[in-house]
Amino acid sequence: MGQLSGPTDPAADARWEDQQPRKGFFTDTSICIGCKACEVACKEWNHNPQDGNLELLESSYDNTGGLGASTWRHVAFVEQGQERITEARESGRALVNLGMPRIGPPPTAASAGPDLANVDTTPPDTADFRWLMSSDVCKHCTHAGCLDVCPTGALFRTEFGTVVVQDDVCNGCGTCVAGCPFGVIERRSDGMVAVAAQREEQHAKHPAVPNVGVAQKCTLCYDRLVNDETPACAKACPTTSIKFGNHDDMVETARERVVSLHQQGLTEARLYGANELDGVGGTGAVFLLLDEPEVYGLPPDPRVPTADLPQMYRRAGMAVAGMVAAAALAFLGGRA
Amino acid sequence: MTHSEFDSFRPPEPARRRRAGGKRGTGRRDVGDGSREMPMVPEPEFTSYYGRPVVKPAPWTEDVAAYLFLGGVAAGSALLGLGGQLTGRPTLRRNARLSALTAVSFGAVALVKDLGRPERFLNMLRTIKLTSPMSVGSWILSAFSVGTAVSAAAEVDRMTGARLPLGPLRNLLQAVEGPAGFEAALFAGPLAAYTAVLLGDTATPTWNAAHEELPFVFVSSAALASAGLAMITTPVQEAGPARKLAVLGVMGDVVAMRVMGHRMDPVVAEPLHQGKAGVMLKWSERLAAAGGLGTLLGGRNRAVAAASGLALLAASALTRFGVFEAGLSSARDPRYTIEPQKNRLAARRAAGITGDSITTAG
Repeated sequence: MGQLSGPTDPAADARWEDQQPRKGFFTDTSICIGCKACEVACKEWNHNPQDGNLELLESSYDNTGGLGASTWRHVAFVEQGQERITEARESGRALVNLGMPRIGPPPTAASAGPDLANVDTTPPDTADFRWLMSSDVCKHCTHAGCLDVCPTGALFRTEFGTVVVQDDVCNGCGTCVAGCPFGVIERRSDGMVAVAAQREEQHAKHPAVPNVGVAQKCTLCYDRLVNDETPACAKACPTTSIKFGNHDDMVETARERVVSLHQQGLTEARLYGANELDGVGGTGAVFLLLDEPEVYGLPPDPRVPTADLPQMYRRAGMAVAGMVAAAALAFLGGRA
Repeated sequence: MTHSEFDSFRPPEPARRRRAGGKRGTGRRDVGDGSREMPMVPEPEFTSYYGRPVVKPAPWTEDVAAYLFLGGVAAGSALLGLGGQLTGRPTLRRNARLSALTAVSFGAVALVKDLGRPERFLNMLRTIKLTSPMSVGSWILSAFSVGTAVSAAAEVDRMTGARLPLGPLRNLLQAVEGPAGFEAALFAGPLAAYTAVLLGDTATPTWNAAHEELPFVFVSSAALASAGLAMITTPVQEAGPARKLAVLGVMGDVVAMRVMGHRMDPVVAEPLHQGKAGVMLKWSERLAAAGGLGTLLGGRNRAVAAASGLALLAASALTRFGVFEAGLSSARDPRYTIEPQKNRLAARRAAGITGDSITTAG
């Protein structure tokens, strides 16, 4: 058993010899315009089939629903009024006041760190309403719940530190689906063909759905990475809301961005997944959010279940001992 | 709470307002008929993304719940079989061995059937992976099945008067029969307990929160179910150990279940008491108690023993299906993911631990 929690280099843990720098996304939701180009580019590149029946979900402009077996990028839309914006700004300020973790030595005044005491943090006028948009994706966790619990070895850690399913190995047991604390990976079903019969000619013939019955999720475009290409979503993003690069650079960019937003008084800005001390050892895909994570459908305090696995095995061992003892006791004392 | 002079005209309110299982946290309470007052103090709200789940429920059908039950029956039966083998109870030994093989066979079929790609079931043995309870469990199940199959084959051969077409292998079978019974019993405990780790090692809120006690619930449930089956199949003269095991199992089951409910976060424990799962688990406890009592008081009567055995089997099945269903419903409602996580985060921050949050200011 390798390391199950805490900060680590996942590709090195997986004993890659020709290890590459860890790759990741930085999704800056403050400049997302909700165009869904990432969703489309992802679908096209990965040949992902239609997800569910075409229907309106009555959730702002989001008719995709969420991440799933055939949706590897999902743009969330949240409409908020002034009260909620003020709350978000306050919760963000509370994070700053907590003195959330800082990597390296405390910044000096000269290094222009996030010393908000001397900066004019008078918030800009709070807007009457706002429209949050955020492109969600697989987090490619340092300690990936899906990967840990996969019994076949179909899920593996790539040399880029990402997590990928081997379609031809997975037998669709579904353990990874329950293992993911973010609800990303899913077993693909072909349940959406029902609608085809009711539609016109061009929809009548859906292309055959590939990889039915197999767990599917974002591969961080592994096939593109090995050819030194940018993942499809990042390539298609018109506002550079989705940035792709070496994980360390991404985290650094994210930190700089959140500092500059704070200096503009936008204390609602915060990072999600940039802390390697969190429950999943930090994520490969880092987000800049403008409200609490659960507003976007993200868990507020995810923890990879495998972190507790040694304890679970210990408890199971005690239970086994108890069961054997009970059976022995039942047979002791001759014929009852 | 506000008070007004019109309070006395209100219809009596229910003693405690309970949140229905499917209700989302949006506070959209039906007040259309005018008979209810709008709550003055809103219930504690939690925010979610349009009430959609955060984690995904495992794509498992009730086949998996059935396997949890059958695996338990098989595990306990193998232990009873070994006991019968060692203490000279041939009927108990024979029945327990055959029960173990039957249960584990149906269980394995249920597992394969539940796979997304059943034809690839052998991939389960492609690797040994300790971080995956499913992988460890597949190996436990395989090892258990070998011993169970061999010892049960010996019984079948004996029952049919050595008519199995074994040829020279018959001597071998008779030689390894005893060790095979040992081998099956060696893997019996792990077979009964690993399924609890399998459920505990998920992000499904109720299963994950139960990970400390669930192994004890599952081994107790396995013990009482297999003992119940032995009490049905085996005459009372030889079923003494089964009766004792049944009573021990019932005690373990009831205690472990209660302790589990108390130690869990009250929010995450809710699905264990609500809806279909709540009904199943309530009846499981009643049937276990009834079966245990029946065994204790009238276990030497063949009819009472069989009836108690049946109650115990039903109790175990209901425990497994109830826990299974509670977990799935906890994954379907974002409340069970978000609220406990927010609470534990707030508790850590209140305790001065601020360095381990996934949300950071920079």
